[in-house]
Amino acid sequence: MSDVIHNSSATSTASGRTERSATASKTYAAFLVIGLLLLLIAPAFLYPIFLMKLLCFALFACAFNLLLGYTGLLSFGHATFFGGAAYFTAHVVKEWGFPPEIGILVGAAGAAFLGLIMGFFAIRRQGIYFAMITLALSQMFFFFCLQASFTHGEDGIQSVPRGHLFGFIDLANTTNMYYFVLGVFLIGMIVIWRFINSPFGMILKSIRENEQRAISLGYSVARYKLGAFVMSAALAGLAGGTKALVFQFATLTDVGWQMSGEVILMTLLGGIGTLIGPIFGAGLVVTLQNYLATSQFPVTIITGVVFMICVLLFRRGIIGEFYASRLGRKLGFEHRR
Amino acid sequence: MAVLAKELHEEPRVVLSARGLSKSFGAFAAVNNVDLDIRHARVHALIGPNGAGKTTVFNLLTKFLQPTAGSITLLGTDITKTPADKVARMGLVRSFQISAVFPYLSVLDNVRVALQRPGGLSTQFWLPMSSLDRLNEQADELIETVGLKRERNAIAADLSYGRKRVLEIATTLALDPKVLLLDEPMAGMGQEDIGTVSNIIRDVAKTRAVLMVEHNLSVVSDICHQVTVLQRGEILAEGDYATVAQDERVRLAYMGTEDA
Repeated sequence: MSDVIHNSSATSTASGRTERSATASKTYAAFLVIGLLLLLIAPAFLYPIFLMKLLCFALFACAFNLLLGYTGLLSFGHATFFGGAAYFTAHVVKEWGFPPEIGILVGAAGAAFLGLIMGFFAIRRQGIYFAMITLALSQMFFFFCLQASFTHGEDGIQSVPRGHLFGFIDLANTTNMYYFVLGVFLIGMIVIWRFINSPFGMILKSIRENEQRAISLGYSVARYKLGAFVMSAALAGLAGGTKALVFQFATLTDVGWQMSGEVILMTLLGGIGTLIGPIFGAGLVVTLQNYLATSQFPVTIITGVVFMICVLLFRRGIIGEFYASRLGRKLGFEHRR
Repeated sequence: MAVLAKELHEEPRVVLSARGLSKSFGAFAAVNNVDLDIRHARVHALIGPNGAGKTTVFNLLTKFLQPTAGSITLLGTDITKTPADKVARMGLVRSFQISAVFPYLSVLDNVRVALQRPGGLSTQFWLPMSSLDRLNEQADELIETVGLKRERNAIAADLSYGRKRVLEIATTLALDPKVLLLDEPMAGMGQEDIGTVSNIIRDVAKTRAVLMVEHNLSVVSDICHQVTVLQRGEILAEGDYATVAQDERVRLAYMGTEDA
């Protein structure tokens, strides 16, 4: 008898869910269009360099979230991919005269390679051990960057030329550069979206939900995790390489452990496991840094306080809380975690 | 003499066997020197009091645990050192004592995750989710077999405990395993589901081997051809249900208080 009641309630939630997901896709489409329009006209109102920095960090955070939110792995070494790619891109563009688009791809490929190595050692461990191994390996990479000759140690690689996109679009022009960065960002987001909504993404989800069961269904869990790790590293590299061209330099700041911490902060603030949450998290952190950079007050204290407030009051992050709120649910969103 | 006659009577081939299987956790021997032969088209029950080592035997056979000693052979291949996921791909698939579904996936998606790998649709990260729709027909068939049709689009976490177990059986069957290991498939189920699951097990056992841990002795006597009784990690008795039920030691150790 209780079984019957249970069944009918399960069926009704299922049909409610389909309706909701129909509303959700409409809402998503509306938000997507508004978001795109805002990004297209944004340089008319805001400082383009700031916007480009924001887009780079947003992509970095989304790449990180691919691992934390969709695979359940907390990496403490993602600065290696972001900063490493910045060095690779800066080097091949400045020293070897590569065009910018190829330079960024070299950065992403380099990051993917580093991800393969780090992932290979880390994925067999879980939780805190996974985090510690990634941290240790990224610290090793930091010291490599400090010592290696091509990175120029404390100085970093300075005055990297932005070059010409496809040979004829001059990226020294800030507007051109902005739309180029926006293009890279959108490509990165599309790749992430496709990745999590693919047969492969389905397996990642199942591993996150019940690893033992995934193994018993014959999935070699380690390989799937490694695949996600490499993908996340490559996309973080895409962001890092782009940032190197925006600021025209690559320095040790981008490979330090603080950068790994910052991206965790951005993702948590925005909402783990939401596609667009990390964009808002990155936006908040970058904005705070930018506006407090000129004040006497140390910015780390402010971001620390914001972080504490978020963890205490908005556990799901900004977007996660919005999805779970009454308004969010009315709009058809659903946040499961 | 009777034993000899039974030996001569043609039994189906052994598909999974263990010899001298042992597992110690420190000084504690959870499983000690267990020999098992699981035959094709037979339902084999593993019974015994709590803590007898039944689940440990399951974990050893499926390689979720590495045995301290002994060997395991699956379909003529030594799998003593084979990793768990590979064993599953070779056709030995298990269920878990605590219901193992993917809680935030729908019933359909749960079954499709299982179908994805044999269907060759597990590593494609460039294809849309809708590419999985080609598995729907097969998935719906399995969902119908276990009687979950009405809950097809429900989220697994919303199902009752018994229905989750049924879903788990559907995902296990999705792999079309040669040997099926079911860890207490009926635990926590209502009478109606028990009947359904008994029929499913009897049905699937026509073409494959089943080893199950089960506490419900009426189910065991009903559908199992062979029973192995474990106690403190060792085999206490073996044979068909009637033989085992007659055994004095078994009655004393286990059935005396719980016989149905």
